[in-house]
Amino acid sequence: MLAMIIKEFRELRRDKRTLAMLIALPILLLVVFGFAANFTIKTLNTAVLGPGAPLARQLLTMRPQAAERLKIVVADASGDEGDARGLLRDGEADVAVVTGGEKPLVFINGANLFAAQSAKIVVAGLGEVVTSEILFNPELKTSWVMVPALVGLILTFIGMLITSIGLVKERQSGTLEQLAVLPFKPADVIAGKIAPYLLLASVDMVAVTLLARWIFNVPFAGNPFLFALGALIFLFVVLGLGVFVSTISETVGQAIQTAMFFLMPQILLSGFIFPLAAMPAGVRWIGYGLPLTYFAKISQGIILRGAGLAALWIPFVVLTAMALLIFSAAVLRFRRTITPARSPSTPVPKLAEELQS
Amino acid sequence: MTSSSPDGPWGLSACCVRFGTTHGTVAALEEISLAVPRGQVTAVVGGDGAGKTTLLRTLAGRIVPAAGEVRVPPPRRIGFLPSASGVWNDLTVDENVEFVGRAYALGRSRLAARRLALLGRAELLGAAGRLASRLSGGMRRKLGFCLALLHEPDLVILDEPTTGVDPVSRVELWRMIAETASSGSAVVLSTTYLDEAERAASVLVLDDGHTLYSGEPQSIAAAVPGTIVHTPVRPPGGAGESAWRRGREFRAWYADATAGEVLDEPDLEDAVIALTLARSSEGDAGRRDRAGEAAR
Repeated sequence: MLAMIIKEFRELRRDKRTLAMLIALPILLLVVFGFAANFTIKTLNTAVLGPGAPLARQLLTMRPQAAERLKIVVADASGDEGDARGLLRDGEADVAVVTGGEKPLVFINGANLFAAQSAKIVVAGLGEVVTSEILFNPELKTSWVMVPALVGLILTFIGMLITSIGLVKERQSGTLEQLAVLPFKPADVIAGKIAPYLLLASVDMVAVTLLARWIFNVPFAGNPFLFALGALIFLFVVLGLGVFVSTISETVGQAIQTAMFFLMPQILLSGFIFPLAAMPAGVRWIGYGLPLTYFAKISQGIILRGAGLAALWIPFVVLTAMALLIFSAAVLRFRRTITPARSPSTPVPKLAEELQS
Repeated sequence: MTSSSPDGPWGLSACCVRFGTTHGTVAALEEISLAVPRGQVTAVVGGDGAGKTTLLRTLAGRIVPAAGEVRVPPPRRIGFLPSASGVWNDLTVDENVEFVGRAYALGRSRLAARRLALLGRAELLGAAGRLASRLSGGMRRKLGFCLALLHEPDLVILDEPTTGVDPVSRVELWRMIAETASSGSAVVLSTTYLDEAERAASVLVLDDGHTLYSGEPQSIAAAVPGTIVHTPVRPPGGAGESAWRRGREFRAWYADATAGEVLDEPDLEDAVIALTLARSSEGDAGRRDRAGEAAR
């Protein structure tokens, strides 16, 4: 038995990926659940609009619970209800107070679930002096908020995992060598390998979105073409990650293991389970480096709030930059595996010759 | 340098291939020359790590050598069977053939004719609808061979086509290899089975990236330095280290003095072992000389 234990430890020591999983995964889980797993939003971005805006602002700051939570980001005496809805739709505010009517009207952004729940408590504390309305997700259904981001997670799974497995299988069975000598251009091999996964992931994306609408009654408030564009850009990011994973994996097992390193942070830190606003700055910045964070913003923005490109241009630009960088780098790396290897022209040093013999 | 010539002669001239390692660059092929004529089978033999696969991959265009010349037909005229199976396991036999046929842009009727001829010769027509993963090792190798020949290449490169294949399938594969050469293609293959290499028109024996012998297998005995003897028992002492078993008796190689009955006509296997031992003893002597000089 001792021999088995020693053998197992020796193998484990040389299996860098399993070792990394043993070390990195517990640290990630500890950090995430210790720091990031927080559903309570302490600060709510608030807009105060209408002729009574200065007075309303003053009143809000006088109420301790409201003053503690509500951060006035916009105060516009000329603003109206339309402006309030626009600010919430574009994600610029969690709460908007419109004055000028019989009672101040408070709009809450229901698409931002945890912020909305916090806002509901604060507004309830204001009593009968205000009338409130929850926009985009009146019943504060968790599924409505989760499903648009889940589309992104499903695309990540399919795009990254299936692509990397498909490519690694080719290497593992030795047929990548065969493909390299067939009269295909490297670009044909790469495009031919990736195109089916792009198509399948696109079909999956449409199916999941339709199923979400059918099963959970998730509304689709925005422009479907803009959503399709965002999903396509995101697909290039995840396919690029899949290709990259395949270039650093020799076996299917290794590809799955490596893909997990990319998947776990996206699930936990992209803000679709735990809100980014509730995370401490250090952990939040990890989230800002993840593609799913930006796709979740695009997906939730378009599907739930009906936001347009003017409101979502930042996630679109970041995601496009990620797609260009990751996809090109991964494809260039993969290209190297199917183009002829150039033998170094440096003469063999005597030492190496002696080492061999 | 790689030059593409449609007519041949094909092969390598003074080719050097090196690989980068953590200790620097290591020679995989050192000034290797090999002619691969049409209508013949050329065999590359040698132990594990001798450089056989590197040589064939260089011919197939997968490695660009650091020095020397590679003369091969255009890539579309080369057929290559890698050391791995060379077939797509999740495709059926017919789907494998169809995929490679499409890659070479073979017309429908030509593909159908080639499929019938090759799968028929390989006795795979009955398994045409079977997944490649469900084929036996020998059948899979035969399918890989058919795929390499599908477009009727001028140069056929086969990396250990019979390794791990049962004796019956080996015979069938060799029949197909011989037929391919007799139809006018140049065939170069690597093998660890020296009895097979004896059937080739010419043989290149590699050891540690160096040429031990190049020429007709029948003439190799003349290239062996020293003497090979055969004895009923393993020679005692140091000589035992240069001895090997063949059937019921032993063979031993001596650089100068002999002890035993001299083997008149050593076959390829005996000659290759003796050449390898001779090179190894030269290396040992060289190292002893260098160590002596350093000590002085």
